[in-house]
Amino acid sequence: MDFLNALVALSNFVLIPAIAYGSQLALGALGVTLIYGILRFSNFAHGDTMAFGAMIAVLVTWGLQGMGVGLGPLPTALLALPVAILGCMALVLVTDRLVYKFYREQKAKPVILVIVSMGVMFIMNGVVRFIIGPNDQKFADGERFIISAREFKQLTGLREGLAIKTTQGITVVVAVIAVVLLFWFLNRTRTGKSMRAYSDNEDLALLSGINPERVVMYTWMIVAALATVAGVLYGLDKTFKPFVYFQLLLPIFASAIVGGLGNPLGAIAGGFVIAFSEVTITYAWKKVLTYLMPEGLEPSGLVQLLSTDYKFAVSFVILLIVLLFKPTGLFKGKAV
Amino acid sequence: MKKLLMATAAVALTAGTAFAGGHAKEVKLGVIMGFTGPIESLTPAMAAGAEVAMKEVTDSGLLLDAATVTPFRADSTCVDAAAATAAAERLLTSDKVNGIVGADCSGVTGAILSNVAVPNGAVMISPSATSPALTTAEDNGLFFRTSPSDARQGQVLADVLKERGFTSAAISYTNNDYGKGLADSIAAAFTAGGGEVTITSAHEDGKADYSAEVGALASAGGDILIVAGYVDQGGPGIIRAALDSGAFDTFALPDGMIGTALETNFGDEIEGSVGTVPGSDAADPSVVLDAVAATGADASGPYIGESYDAAALIMLAMQAANSKDPADYAGQIMNVANAPGEQIAAGELAKGLQILKDGGEIDYVGATAVELIEPGEAAGGYREIEIKGGKITTAQYR
Repeated sequence: MDFLNALVALSNFVLIPAIAYGSQLALGALGVTLIYGILRFSNFAHGDTMAFGAMIAVLVTWGLQGMGVGLGPLPTALLALPVAILGCMALVLVTDRLVYKFYREQKAKPVILVIVSMGVMFIMNGVVRFIIGPNDQKFADGERFIISAREFKQLTGLREGLAIKTTQGITVVVAVIAVVLLFWFLNRTRTGKSMRAYSDNEDLALLSGINPERVVMYTWMIVAALATVAGVLYGLDKTFKPFVYFQLLLPIFASAIVGGLGNPLGAIAGGFVIAFSEVTITYAWKKVLTYLMPEGLEPSGLVQLLSTDYKFAVSFVILLIVLLFKPTGLFKGKAV
Repeated sequence: MKKLLMATAAVALTAGTAFAGGHAKEVKLGVIMGFTGPIESLTPAMAAGAEVAMKEVTDSGLLLDAATVTPFRADSTCVDAAAATAAAERLLTSDKVNGIVGADCSGVTGAILSNVAVPNGAVMISPSATSPALTTAEDNGLFFRTSPSDARQGQVLADVLKERGFTSAAISYTNNDYGKGLADSIAAAFTAGGGEVTITSAHEDGKADYSAEVGALASAGGDILIVAGYVDQGGPGIIRAALDSGAFDTFALPDGMIGTALETNFGDEIEGSVGTVPGSDAADPSVVLDAVAATGADASGPYIGESYDAAALIMLAMQAANSKDPADYAGQIMNVANAPGEQIAAGELAKGLQILKDGGEIDYVGATAVELIEPGEAAGGYREIEIKGGKITTAQYR
């Protein structure tokens, strides 16, 4: 019984939040890694692309709610998602046409593109705040829980409760679908193959008749879709606030680099590595250990490695360690 | 032209001095508040509150020998200790005030107290400095405040929890001076009362996700979670994450967490939660607020009644000591503020002055039910609230 209680407490406070957070990071990191693999620069504007996509979803959701359209127990935001993806695609394509294309034609060095992307980041940041304001926005609706802590306790008679939020379930399901679609697209379709060819060797790809502008366009569209999905899921699960997406940039980049920049599988693994380290290192293990340890040996302190204030520092440290000992990341990406 | 100007100025000055000298018993009070700076939108009404009291006393013609009370405003800036010190220095040396209403923010109040008021032997009554540090500041019996120390709220909240049978609590506070000071005072009072504080941890405002913070709080455990934060910042995030994960379902909420946003966000989900906000049912500030509104200031802000009371206390103490010298009347402030004696409400200053003149005693209630405790700060009335049926309801006043 104690073992079960420990397991439930661990799932409630560590496993489930970390899986949901990991899925959100993985989706974000996939976008970053695709841009890095195909367009060959680190896109610092990715966090704010997520914010923009999520913002459109929030606005459309409000519209739908106003009209009384809903999905019953599921959040209305899922209905708004396709519209938001289209809006976000339009934004990144316009940005590419207006900004990045100029530098691509000049064959600018990646480091210049990185700085350019920072400029784009600030502009997008401003646009989002200008449209929706800097505050928290609430847009989640529908059933809040798949199973709430109280129900779980009544159901099982255990002392610890297990809560699974609807948004956490949706996050995982949608992330799996998005990843399956992405890999199918990259491995099975003609366009996907041409993208990979372009990523592996630009000159060879050009010689074999691949149109680079088309590859760039498709990349941006996929990245916009991934960013919007990641942004909406994060907003649904936590809260939508423009500045938060800017802060997410660090763990997302850490995930992409830890997994190996340019490697989609690595991005997913990296997302979960970062999420689980952030949560486990800042978790206070007292409760779990009290259940597991024999009587008299329970810890009196909190058994917390780092205070929760240092959550973001964890991503930094992992990033440093990986770059020092395995610069290409866990899954053999490109060296940064 | 320049000479003409200077001559005019000189004449005006002499005339002014002569005029002032004409009143043997003119009382001058400094009003030092942050008329520029982070609370500049609140201070005009606070100063007006103090000036309303002075006008009331002047009009009554009962203070000392029918003295007139003249306010002298000075700018504390709220944050710049050097500027505030200079302004207070000017009040005492060139305006020669007999007492100071102010300052407003805790930091500059401490600076003025130690640099100007104590060396010059001037009395200061602050309407709004709430830092617990001022309780132990070296003041030679010259410093008072009509607002309670944040330490007092810690004590009140701890009492509430104890009486309601909570024996262990976890504390999450917003990571700034207010949150830290409040969390420390709650923890100290709760532990002293026999309770157990399982964890005291900070949360940063403005984050999207507080599940990690709540994970640590849940692991530490406790009957109730004390959230010393802001109702429109990280506080609701902590409550939401605690409710979602089933970690806590009752909360103890100090003043920063009490607001209508609490009802709209959570409703009956936090049924049975308790809280404290400054407030009292023993005094009616409406007389002061109406008079302040009549001056064109915004009377909806905080600490207006406290400012009125601060000025009133100085003048009543002068009357009781029959002197405007700080050395004489400083000792009378506690006497006029507390029982025994006739209760004096806001707008009844003339009555109070008359009683004192006749040698009687008064218990000044004023706009905020002033009750001063050693070492010269408001005991602080608090409203104990309880979430009942999804609404914030008043349980009792303490």
